[in-house]
Amino acid sequence: MQLLEGERELILSTVEEVLQNSSRNREDLIPSLQRVQSKLGYLPALAMEKLAEGLDIPAVDIYGIATFYNQFRLNPPGKYQVKVCMGTACYMKGGEITLESFERRMEIEEGETSPDRLYSLERVACVGCCTLAPVVVVNDDHIEGYVTPTRVDGIMLEFEEADQKEEETEKETEEETKKTAAEGGKNK
Amino acid sequence: MSADSPMDNYEKLFEVAKQNEEARREKPRILLGTASCGVAAGALQVKEFFLKEIESHGLDAEVVEVGCIGHCYAEPLAIIAKPGFPAITYGNLDEGLVHLLVEDFLAGEDPCYEYALAAVDRNDVFPTFEDFPRGIYENKLILEQCGYIDPESIDSYIEKDGYRALAKALSDEPARTLDEVKASNLRGRGGAGFPTGRKWETSLKAGGDEKYVICNADEGDPGAFMDRSILESDPHQVIEGMVLCAYAIGATEGYLYIRAEYPRAVKRVREALEQAREKGVLGSSILGTEFNFDLQVFQGAGAFVCGEETALLSSIEGRRGVPRYRPPFPAVEGLWGKPTVINNVKTFSYVPHIINRGADWFKSIGTPESPGTAVFSLVGKVVNTGLVEVPMGTTLRELIFEVGGGLPDGKEFKAVQIGGPSGGCLPESALDVPIDFDSLHEAGAIMGSGGLVVMDEDDCMVSVAHYFLEFTQQESCGKCTFCRLGTKHMLDILTDITRGHGDEERLTLLEELAEDVRDGSLCNLGRTAPNPVLTTLKYFRDEYKAHIEEGRCPARACRDLVLFYIEPSRCSKLCNVCVGSCPTEAIYTRDDGLKAIDQEKCVKCDNCRKACPPEYNAVIKLSPPVLPPEKEKKRT
Repeated sequence: MQLLEGERELILSTVEEVLQNSSRNREDLIPSLQRVQSKLGYLPALAMEKLAEGLDIPAVDIYGIATFYNQFRLNPPGKYQVKVCMGTACYMKGGEITLESFERRMEIEEGETSPDRLYSLERVACVGCCTLAPVVVVNDDHIEGYVTPTRVDGIMLEFEEADQKEEETEKETEEETKKTAAEGGKNK
Repeated sequence: MSADSPMDNYEKLFEVAKQNEEARREKPRILLGTASCGVAAGALQVKEFFLKEIESHGLDAEVVEVGCIGHCYAEPLAIIAKPGFPAITYGNLDEGLVHLLVEDFLAGEDPCYEYALAAVDRNDVFPTFEDFPRGIYENKLILEQCGYIDPESIDSYIEKDGYRALAKALSDEPARTLDEVKASNLRGRGGAGFPTGRKWETSLKAGGDEKYVICNADEGDPGAFMDRSILESDPHQVIEGMVLCAYAIGATEGYLYIRAEYPRAVKRVREALEQAREKGVLGSSILGTEFNFDLQVFQGAGAFVCGEETALLSSIEGRRGVPRYRPPFPAVEGLWGKPTVINNVKTFSYVPHIINRGADWFKSIGTPESPGTAVFSLVGKVVNTGLVEVPMGTTLRELIFEVGGGLPDGKEFKAVQIGGPSGGCLPESALDVPIDFDSLHEAGAIMGSGGLVVMDEDDCMVSVAHYFLEFTQQESCGKCTFCRLGTKHMLDILTDITRGHGDEERLTLLEELAEDVRDGSLCNLGRTAPNPVLTTLKYFRDEYKAHIEEGRCPARACRDLVLFYIEPSRCSKLCNVCVGSCPTEAIYTRDDGLKAIDQEKCVKCDNCRKACPPEYNAVIKLSPPVLPPEKEKKRT
């Protein structure tokens, strides 16, 4: 996935910071990757390369670890993230159907991020809320229980509304700044 | 260093803790269940409601975030402890109920018994959980304090005689601690049931001056959350057990290996470690003695295989979690090649109780070969989902029908899945098997770490086997050929069967492969991966046959083998509910006003069947997926 404007600098400074707080031993590799991911939301290739240089470990080893453990993601998270639980209880109560519904609505496959980075979709192992099955985790902090395909449509609608609202406020603030700037100009 | 004995030092801590906690109890307190399960059910919003109501009534009351009391079916849950009243548990809290409780009980004098679930302690007014039918079967040892004490306050734990076992052990030789654990015949609760005392002794005898104690909290089984719950609800119990182990074997350093997917557990344990160091029950010169031991949290990055002890060690050492050949066992050559004891969360939790109350007391619970209790997370198609702790030897039937309250909606019991992806599915006929390590093993399942999923007539056994195999296949580390490729091949066969493309010959191949994978894998992930397939083949072979020979899924669960159909004789022209419920617009109105499903568009999501009002119940699932011919003609 293409890096956004200014992302390259952010990656470099993050890795630099993590390396400074690291003992640079092999045992610090996984915690370092965890720190990078918690800052950036994912592990970009560039970050892994720089970390490999800093820790003096072959980059392929880092890639091996990043792909071995489920926690690490190589795609940037979407602005709206959905994680569909695939624990036993959720699976039996239709987790797969929920996942498919999201795939259909977001037009991406599980594990992917939409090209505009608006949505990302993942399947996760049990989140431990089996009584509410099927469960999805929205934006990391909100757990939705008893999710049916109709509710999937509802969640997507909420995303769209939230996004629209945000755009509008952005526009408004933009216009306001323009206005004040213009007024400021007049006053001069 | 203080000249006082460890017990004197402990008594001082105990007095302080008691005073602090008693002072806290003078105010009304709301103990709100905020383990991950409670949070998912909305406990944090409930906390806001309580705070808002308390403020608007101008009351002086404390809202304490506690762990999980195990009654997950009634989340969000809170215990209200008001001086002068018995402490009462309330379930299914929402804004309205919170308002009522604060207004009538906290501000007024009415405990609103009509909304109460149970009282905490015995009293003359209201029944306790022990008076529930499940109370007869339950015996809470390591879950006893979960949800009742403040997990973020060490005083709350000390006040309940926490760390007394440590003081007792430190007053004597380390060998006494080891002897007691050995005599108790405690077996590892991670699943395999290896005698804990023997593991410790091996590690002690291995010599060397550097040793490690590791708590395995990489609970990866889907459908199991006991370890998470204990760490979130009573973290000090686990820490005390680990310190006792360290004392017995002479270790100075240790780790708690916790899944990164459990952020609340990680946070609470880190806080608990900090508090334990402050109180001098962890770190250097513990309780004024010359014994030093410190712990840190390592966050597992999410790999099921890291629950295997040698893979867990590789992971801490910063490598991919790939198991290695044993022996040497980690107890002899573990982390960085040093002797390392690795035990499960629950195993460590029993240790303080054994030291406090003696090995004979522990052996009086459970069965002679498997003493103590078993902790299960009871989920799936069962009324009272949640965490349960019963003595070993309780039968599965008692556990599901008495403790769990049976199956909801009058459905018929079909199977119970024990031990997660490594366990097996047991049918009705095996329900009288007592729960202990050896009996379950004989029945083809394993004790596992304690996930127990109940299934009813709507669950397809082939699909369940497929689900678990898909899980292990994805989580296989890839080291052993049979585990890497054998499980893949088995999964392909199962996929074909669930799609109606199976044949008898490949069923035999599936069985052979299952045995080969079991024999040809190094670690227990591979060795037990075929269990779900083998047990379902053993007990539910007719279901496999129905898929293969008739293209029919008896539970109507395999989506390629079912078809959704609206029965015209039951459908009503006056109702449009299903049309709106369909996410793919597959439902259309026929010329006669009744509804029908366009099979090309249908994604079999079950929404229309759920949406159809019960007075019609017109949407049915057909398996094999063939439309009734004469009715087909009527379609326009």
